[in-house]
Amino acid sequence: MTTEKKSKLKSILPGKDVTRRGFLKGAAATAGVAIGSGAITGFPTIWAQNIKNVTLRQFGTGVSNINAVADKVKEDLGFTLQMTALDSDAVAQRAVTQPNSFDIADIEYWICKKVFPAGTLQPMDVAKIKNYDKISPLFITGKLTPDSKIAQGTAPHKVGFVDGPDSTDFASAPTQWMTLIPTIYNADTLGIRPDLIGRPINSWAELLNPEFKGKASILNIPAIGIMDAAMVSEAMGEITYGDKGNMTQEEINKTIALMIEAKRAGQFRAFWKSFDESVNLMASGEVVIQSMWSPAIAAVRSKGIECKYQPLKEGYRAWGGGIGLAKHLSGLELEAAYEYINWYLSGWVGAYLNRQGYYSAAPDTAKTFMSDDEWGYWMEGKEAKGDVMSPEGKVMEKAGAVRDGGSYEERMGHVACWNSVMDENKHMVRKWNEFIAA
Amino acid sequence: MSAPNSKRGSYFLITPMALIFAIFLVVPLLTIVVVSFWDYDEYRILPDFIFENYSYLLGSSVTWQIYLNTFKYAALTWAFTLGIGFTVAYFLAFYVRSLTWQIILFMVCTIPFWTSNIIRMISWIPFLGRNGLLNQALMGTGIIHEPLEFLLFSDFAVVLADVHLYTLFMVVPIFNSMMRIDRSLIEAARDNGASGWATLRHIIVPLSKPGIAIGSIFVITVVMGDFITVRLMSGGQSASVGLQISNEIGMLQYPAAAASAVVLLITVLLIVTALLRLVDIRKEL
Repeated sequence: MTTEKKSKLKSILPGKDVTRRGFLKGAAATAGVAIGSGAITGFPTIWAQNIKNVTLRQFGTGVSNINAVADKVKEDLGFTLQMTALDSDAVAQRAVTQPNSFDIADIEYWICKKVFPAGTLQPMDVAKIKNYDKISPLFITGKLTPDSKIAQGTAPHKVGFVDGPDSTDFASAPTQWMTLIPTIYNADTLGIRPDLIGRPINSWAELLNPEFKGKASILNIPAIGIMDAAMVSEAMGEITYGDKGNMTQEEINKTIALMIEAKRAGQFRAFWKSFDESVNLMASGEVVIQSMWSPAIAAVRSKGIECKYQPLKEGYRAWGGGIGLAKHLSGLELEAAYEYINWYLSGWVGAYLNRQGYYSAAPDTAKTFMSDDEWGYWMEGKEAKGDVMSPEGKVMEKAGAVRDGGSYEERMGHVACWNSVMDENKHMVRKWNEFIAA
Repeated sequence: MSAPNSKRGSYFLITPMALIFAIFLVVPLLTIVVVSFWDYDEYRILPDFIFENYSYLLGSSVTWQIYLNTFKYAALTWAFTLGIGFTVAYFLAFYVRSLTWQIILFMVCTIPFWTSNIIRMISWIPFLGRNGLLNQALMGTGIIHEPLEFLLFSDFAVVLADVHLYTLFMVVPIFNSMMRIDRSLIEAARDNGASGWATLRHIIVPLSKPGIAIGSIFVITVVMGDFITVRLMSGGQSASVGLQISNEIGMLQYPAAAASAVVLLITVLLIVTALLRLVDIRKEL
């Protein structure tokens, strides 16, 4: 039954002469009619009807669970995608403990490192992924350009592949079996208020500069906060790390000791935990330098307040997520899931995410869905010729704006460390709590 | 009383309440106690019987620091709410003569409670901030030249918000107790030449004790378990027991959170028991 369907599917998928985009457009245009039934003889209309009855349940963190994507899936592919947004801890827990409650898991790579070995996900056959060769090399080899240095932490390519279809051991080099298809990723840095600082900032060390006493903040999510703290400690020359993404107990202790010292000296105005807290701290001028996420910068600027996502010489702290398939998927549902993944990489979603200020897995396909001006602003670090619009149609930047940090290569090529989960996680969380209580 | 029929009738009458308590209080509490002995890893809780959660909790200096901090907030909030609450109740009970006005003024006290307590708390943030209304006003009038930083994201801010939120919990029971005081006692005191202070010390305060005890129980239990006020008003820089539990739940460390909750529950029960030892509420009510 399953193999029969697979072979049928292969026969109806367009050959190399038909572009993916053209295929999708055609599919959308003939919605309700069996896909290309005129062009491909012997294609059973049953399959096309059946796939419309498929419902795929996807869950993940809020950033990539976008309703517009589900709507577009319905429009382009005909089947229903149900989205559930949870926080990252809950996502990880659900992926491990309730394997039958989802079909597609949208998880971050550092979560993947913990979750995939639990055996509730199945790897994807890259032979079935049409735009596999368009996926950014960051996720395949870890090197954006052949001479880039591989960043510390849970770099996506380290957990991107397993040895075989039933394996849960991560492969050291790319194989045919991919764990996650990247969805969304970005490079994080410090946000600053240039109007209140009035001088150039170029190092993570500035976060603990006494000049900003009582005007600095760091995010209070232990797994990410500790990385920012490590970037700062290393930039100050206080500590050298073997791997900031997997510290030893001693490295953790030293880092926390440094942070406690700064806290007691009154360096921090507050610690933030949620997106809106970080926006308010910055917008009200309580804080002039802090760890920040890129949409928060956009939110501060939309209030007409100057705020910069400052590139720093030590590099960025990057994060990324991807979608994986549940172990239980088979038959028609599995085929629908592959259809979805192929569609995901075909450009529409990529363009949508790029316009939000994130990066998409296969930049080349996204380019075809973006105007030259949009591509120039978001991806090439060029000055915007017209107003920059968000996917929802809101003006994000006026004409003439240049993206902080510049082009895709400049930003993603300078990643110092990826978000990760440490072997000493429990110890780290306990030490972090000491810092908060100090 | 001892007739079998009426006894059966009493049992029948208390059954609904007993069931509600059993299902919604006793069972969840027992579950928490059981889970506090379980083990956990990053994503799962594992049925077990270990003391690690407790031994880590009680052996960690962070716990003691957090408890000290929580006691500090509870004590300060209690002292201020008692002072303000007693004064307001005294004014309402003894200075306002007409019942209509007592009711009107009492309603006035409850007006802030028409909005959610989160909103009442958050409204302090723009007021107290570095560029907030208060600092702007003080600097505008030339009283200060630099903004006062301690106003927000500090212990001061936490206690201020707590006092603002919970004073009414003190006013209501004290007012209630004061209204029950036989006015002839006060007249008698005055006739015998007692000063205002002496009347207050020897008659009003002792007879208001049940109200003070009930108000104190309300305020202390709420502040001991609070986490959102501490988090928002201290800017995430201070910790309280409630906040610790909330963090542990956030990181899916349910057994650790359960152990913290059990220890907190025991602590609060001890405080309440001590208060009830000082004042026999049952006798006074």
